[in-house]
Amino acid sequence: MSNVLNVLEKFNVKRSDLIKEYKAEGKKIIGCSPYHLPVELVYAGGMIPMGIWGSQGEVVLAKQFFPAFYCSIVQRSMEMALNGTLDVLDGMMVSIQCDSLKAFGQNIKRAIGDKVPYIHVAMAQNRKIECGIDFNETQYRKVKEQLEKISGNIITDEAVNEAIKLYNKSKVAMQEFVQLAAKCPHLITPTKRSLVLTLANSMDRKKYLEILTELNEALRAEEEKEWDGIKIVTTGIYTSLDGLNEIFEENKMAIVDDEVAEESRQFRTLVDEDTDNPIRALAKYLGDIEGCSLMYDPDKKRSDMLIEKVKKSGADAVVYIQAKFCDPEEFDYPIFKKALAKEGIKLVMIEVDQQQANLEQARTALQTFAEML
Amino acid sequence: MSKKIYSLGIDVGSTTSKCVILADGQDILGKALVGKGAGTDGVDKSVSLALEEAGLSLDDIDFIVATGYGRNSYTRADKSMSELSCHAKGGARIFEGVRTIIDIGGQDAKVLRLDEFGQMENFVMNDKCAAGTGRFLEVMSNVLHVPLDDFGEYDAQAKDAASVSSTCTVFAESEVISLLAHNEDVKNIIKGIHSSVASRVSGQVRRVGVKPVVAMTGGVSRNMGVVRALEAELEVDIQVSPDSQLAGALGAAIYAYENFLKKEN
Repeated sequence: MSNVLNVLEKFNVKRSDLIKEYKAEGKKIIGCSPYHLPVELVYAGGMIPMGIWGSQGEVVLAKQFFPAFYCSIVQRSMEMALNGTLDVLDGMMVSIQCDSLKAFGQNIKRAIGDKVPYIHVAMAQNRKIECGIDFNETQYRKVKEQLEKISGNIITDEAVNEAIKLYNKSKVAMQEFVQLAAKCPHLITPTKRSLVLTLANSMDRKKYLEILTELNEALRAEEEKEWDGIKIVTTGIYTSLDGLNEIFEENKMAIVDDEVAEESRQFRTLVDEDTDNPIRALAKYLGDIEGCSLMYDPDKKRSDMLIEKVKKSGADAVVYIQAKFCDPEEFDYPIFKKALAKEGIKLVMIEVDQQQANLEQARTALQTFAEML
Repeated sequence: MSKKIYSLGIDVGSTTSKCVILADGQDILGKALVGKGAGTDGVDKSVSLALEEAGLSLDDIDFIVATGYGRNSYTRADKSMSELSCHAKGGARIFEGVRTIIDIGGQDAKVLRLDEFGQMENFVMNDKCAAGTGRFLEVMSNVLHVPLDDFGEYDAQAKDAASVSSTCTVFAESEVISLLAHNEDVKNIIKGIHSSVASRVSGQVRRVGVKPVVAMTGGVSRNMGVVRALEAELEVDIQVSPDSQLAGALGAAIYAYENFLKKEN
């Protein structure tokens, strides 16, 4: 039996068990909303950054804060806050890249701020120019002070540099995993691929890097196998929904690369290492991110990035997973749709949200697309 | 003379079940439509009726393809295929030279773009919303106490179209109730409802492009009020056929024939 499957078992970890483990070790946990938050600062403070990207289920309590037509990551995260799931956190850090997140930050502070300290992360829209980087550095220094209060530790530049190095190393390993997974789609199914990549949001990054390095080693030992199904590149906010990856599998679709916020967008850009001012390096990182719908980008580089991914990976098509009511993504769609069509690259859009009990419409669209290809 | 190949296509929709049986992928030997959909006995009933008309039994059938909303629940099928693929296949057989198919069924609306060889090259589905679907019309039928089958005739007699929004079935329903309260003529309301459906669906059609020949399949194609409203909205002639509602089942039966040949070779 391939060693890959044995190593994959190590990724089969429940988030609730990880939280128990960290609490037992006396570690503090900081919830981190999407997108591109300075998790390295949290780690440098001796705490665990825990990605809070909602979860699947109904929205009941959060309805008092949000209308029905609202981003489900925000609605479900709010539900988790109100039903006590997030009480285990020692702080909750929220960014402001979209209108939904702006309201989320205010509402979660109002709802549970007395139990879970709220850390507001303002980010400059003009993130690439000097004054934007100055602004973001100032914000990050405020965030650092709040994190120091929660952890009781002074966050030194040395510790931040070390955290940046660790996170960069894990990002490189994740990039390699994506390449290796594309060569072994018979072993790394879409479900397993999603499991591996999204665990980075919950697990202590040092431990995560250890098991990912082991997995990459096992994958490198595997012989490349020709895939007799369809090769796709995914793009969107998230694919980690019960049932969605199974639909890819039903239709013999292998994900050979992605441009997904919950996946590659988190690890395709590295932070400058060993600088005299690592906090500024983190601020500059925001300006280095390209092609993300949530980050101001007048050049709309996402289209070219998608085309390049398709060409490099030899993909047959692109599957766009539209997170319902995500307007930054909706604004990007017609732009990259046109660009892909110009290159003759097939594209299908499916719409998902975390409150859906079933994915029949996505199933029909993906089955049709597979039959069409 | 070699034995004929019998293929069966079953389209298990949300509100109706349709079945078509073909001989050698060409001649329709039996067809049936039962007004009960997924999860009901309508599925087996439509198969029995089509078999009866064809003078065959299930054992005579060489290959079965199931399609439609309930395609995965029909356990006798050799294969399941999406209703979009099947409507494209069946639509191309019914309408010569068709390039755009508008398929409005019980709970969704789809637009299919076909190439010059009848192969589907693009499609658009509605988002998860009943507006612009058969379900929308059913709700309105209940509010107005007018049978759906009469909607086309009422529409033809309308003097004007009342304004009915196309955004949401629930809002549109309350608008219709309000129109009734203001003594608006039911015929005008029905014409307004059809315009509302056409407004919603035409947006989808424009996303794939309006390329003649344009045809309509699915249950709503029986409603000439919707067909006329769509023609006016899109400024194009739309073809319909008595077999429009069977397009999915016909496509499934053709696929069943092709799959049987593939298996045998």
